[in-house]
Amino acid sequence: MSSLGVARQVGAVLLAIALAPLFMGWIAQCRAWLQNRSAPPLFLPWRMLRKLFWKDAALAEHASALFRATPYVLFGTMVLAAAIIPSVVLDLPFVLVADAIALVGLFATARVFIALAAMDIGTAFGTLGARREMMIGFLAEPALLMVFFNAFLISGSTALPTIAARLAAPPFVIYPSLAFAGIAFVMVLLAENARIPIDNPATHLELTMIHEAMVLEYSARHLALVEWASALKLFNYACIGFALFVPWGLASQHASPGTLLLAVVALVLKLALAGAALAVVETVSAKLRIFRAPEFLAMAFLLAVLGLLVHLLLGA
Amino acid sequence: MIIGWNSGPAPSLVLLLGLIAGWLGLGLAGLLRPHSVGFVARVIFPVGALVGLAVGLVGLGALRPGSLPQTLVLPLGLPDLPFHLRLDALAGFFVLLLGAAGMGISIFAAGYFRAGQGTAPGLLCLQYHVFLASMALVLLADDAYLFMVAWETMALSSYFLVTTQHRIPEIRRAGFLYLLIAHVGAIGILLSFGVLQGGSWRFTFDAMRGQTLGPAWASVAFLLALGGFGAKAGLVPMHVWLPEAHPAAPSPVSALMSGVMLKTAVYGFLRVSFDLLHAPQWWWGGVALAVGLGTGLFGAVFAAVQTDMKRLLAYSSIENVGLIFTAVGLGLLFQSFGLHLFAALALSAALIHALNHALFKSLLFLATGSVLHATGERNLGKLGGLIRRMPWVATVALVGTLAIAGLPPLNGFVSEWLLLQAFLSTPEIPQPFVNMLVPLGAAALALTVALAGYVMVKFYGVIFLGQPREPALAEAHPAGWLERIGLTWLALGCVVLGAFPRLLLDAAAPITASLVGATVRRGRFAWAIAPIAPERASYSGLLFLAGILGVVGFTFLAVRRIYHGRVRRTAPWDCGYPWQTPRMQDTAEGFGQPIRHIFGSAFRLERELPSPWDTAPRYRIHIEDRLWRLLYVPLGRAVQRLADAVAVVQGGRLAVYLLYAFLTLIGLLVFVL
Repeated sequence: MSSLGVARQVGAVLLAIALAPLFMGWIAQCRAWLQNRSAPPLFLPWRMLRKLFWKDAALAEHASALFRATPYVLFGTMVLAAAIIPSVVLDLPFVLVADAIALVGLFATARVFIALAAMDIGTAFGTLGARREMMIGFLAEPALLMVFFNAFLISGSTALPTIAARLAAPPFVIYPSLAFAGIAFVMVLLAENARIPIDNPATHLELTMIHEAMVLEYSARHLALVEWASALKLFNYACIGFALFVPWGLASQHASPGTLLLAVVALVLKLALAGAALAVVETVSAKLRIFRAPEFLAMAFLLAVLGLLVHLLLGA
Repeated sequence: MIIGWNSGPAPSLVLLLGLIAGWLGLGLAGLLRPHSVGFVARVIFPVGALVGLAVGLVGLGALRPGSLPQTLVLPLGLPDLPFHLRLDALAGFFVLLLGAAGMGISIFAAGYFRAGQGTAPGLLCLQYHVFLASMALVLLADDAYLFMVAWETMALSSYFLVTTQHRIPEIRRAGFLYLLIAHVGAIGILLSFGVLQGGSWRFTFDAMRGQTLGPAWASVAFLLALGGFGAKAGLVPMHVWLPEAHPAAPSPVSALMSGVMLKTAVYGFLRVSFDLLHAPQWWWGGVALAVGLGTGLFGAVFAAVQTDMKRLLAYSSIENVGLIFTAVGLGLLFQSFGLHLFAALALSAALIHALNHALFKSLLFLATGSVLHATGERNLGKLGGLIRRMPWVATVALVGTLAIAGLPPLNGFVSEWLLLQAFLSTPEIPQPFVNMLVPLGAAALALTVALAGYVMVKFYGVIFLGQPREPALAEAHPAGWLERIGLTWLALGCVVLGAFPRLLLDAAAPITASLVGATVRRGRFAWAIAPIAPERASYSGLLFLAGILGVVGFTFLAVRRIYHGRVRRTAPWDCGYPWQTPRMQDTAEGFGQPIRHIFGSAFRLERELPSPWDTAPRYRIHIEDRLWRLLYVPLGRAVQRLADAVAVVQGGRLAVYLLYAFLTLIGLLVFVL
């Protein structure tokens, strides 16, 4: 574990923390353009965070310590996840600490904490959101795990930098199993990040919301951390997608500063394209009824399992 | 006691026997003042806990690298069948499990037992310590005879413990069901040993190890062992006793049964399938894997819809036992194909999950005991908000909840990670048909693990979070200090083993070396595990924990430093709705509703819905296991019919019975001549 590696790791994580709110802002912009609205500024999420941090926190009178600790835990888990996922450099010393399975566990930890915090105040909306979030979660988690298993079958590793490096290595091969895994992954991404067919990030209509119902009781700095954590979560999912399905453009172990800069530019380009694509998906699809969500996720799960079988059947 | 030596000195084994005798002595001492709760609880149980600690340490000693199996022959038992004892690495691991969990449970029990109706405290103390001692003897037995004696003692002592509140008819019924299935299982085990001795009529395990059975007989022995030990472990379809017996027992007893006794069945199954039967056939592994996965998924789905907190945990035990048997099955599968390294990985996952489950499930059962004492309520629908009344119990229960949900960096995640890694090795299996099927197993496993998270959020959220659902909960009192010590000991185990997974792999190494002839690689660094190869996968609990704590601490300090820490306490916002009452929160039924919807065909539902004109609307839902109607009711009827048919010969007149004896004698004479 070299000190240079650690420095790059910290740099990549800081970049993720900084870019995540911008990514949210970019998606909101794209959505507005697609829907013929005038777009909010790109830096709006950042300004929102700043405003929220300065406000006085209003806390329910019987909120417990778990409720107050959860925003920090959420933020901490998502920052740690950003350290596991290769976004700019492949040389991540933290990979010895956690692999893709641990990453799935990390996302599960965040989910359990936010669901528990939502139940802490004991309002009808909080428990409703927690129940729905856990329902989405227990179906999405195995699907995500199966996507990683697909990548394992090709690369022989569950460490994300190794997977990305093996997939990016020439010769260029099209894996049919990864196509199945890719569709499954996009479905999981939509569900886990409260995006449109499953949840609507812009809604405040109580009966349809999931994520918003859970964070209703948060305000000021706590809300800022929760929102920042969800922006980071989306950013992390996007980077997982890049590492698995477009693994090119990551700086290798001994990259010069110039190559590093190039890798950052590649990341920004990929994020811009992914954000635009996400906005298109969200604009053309309608929100599903909550009890259609299990079918949607079961399909993602089965597609990923099908990918495994296809790989074993074809041997590639 | 005269001790006969047969192969050199066996200091640890003798020490362990002394400690077991100590447990029995403590149990008998309880009879000195059978009605004094103070004497039994404050004197005997704490000493019993210390004995448990010593037992655990001796078990740990047997796992040191290079320590040899110790054997001993006691001049007890039948004239030609003396008791054989043996302490090897496998037994040592489970002795460690028994001691470590037993220590926490006994300390807790010292603060838990109160005077009340039911069994007198002194008698309870005797049953409890006999239960502990018999479990230790099951692990040490080296011949079928002692094994069965200890096994039956264990079943009987736990039966009496389950029926502590024997004045309640449901509890007597639960105890009967438990005893019945325990005996069906015991018959399976006995027959399995009968097959294993292979015509030599020598019942020591050593002799059985020396036998080479034909594939057909070996398979019969394996299936009998799977059925017999599976009945005790709670594998589907023999799980029905578990959700009845565990809630019926007092909480420390539930903890002991679920945390430790189920593991003796795992031990027995490992002993038979890996040690006594060498050369497994691949389909054995397939059967164990399929049964384990089915049990796991079944347990998780049913746990998610329970409304009684101890029943929920009982179903969760079924799920975890399913995971352990999945890992064992995978180990058998790898072993049969000669993939020793992967077999070692799967077996390590099974052992480690057994130990982890002993810690966190005992912890959670004990926590429900504290809640039960504080509130007198087991129904989840009448609890809530206890984190503010019982902060200590809530904190340690949170540790247990996160651990059992398989979340990093706690210990539950380590075993699940290892199990998933073992599943990822299945492409190595040379038989294409098998390695196609196993990914489906991995998918089922992933679903089970994720469902466990759902179950545990429901468990913790409904009991400890939210607002109290009943006014009486305002009087809930925190747990006493003895209870807290017991709970904290188990919670510490979850945290430490999660942070240092390397310790767990080291403990499993001598066992896998002797049973499958390989040990998993431990990796370059002491703080990380990399069971196959570091570039394939590695995980470090300690750095993971440090990473989370570091980022959380840094964020907290940064936010406090740069901004202010001002907080205003107000009424909950709840979208501006001011007439919020605790009854508007999700009940246990409500929280389980998505599961009922998604897995609807798994249950038999009975619903009572109010009509719009009801003045006192009532909503009731009853969920039943389909297996009752599909399997147990027809089976019970068949047995009844058979008994009725046989009852014809039972006339009730002595002369007729004498006639039967006379006819039998005549028949025998004809047969002999």
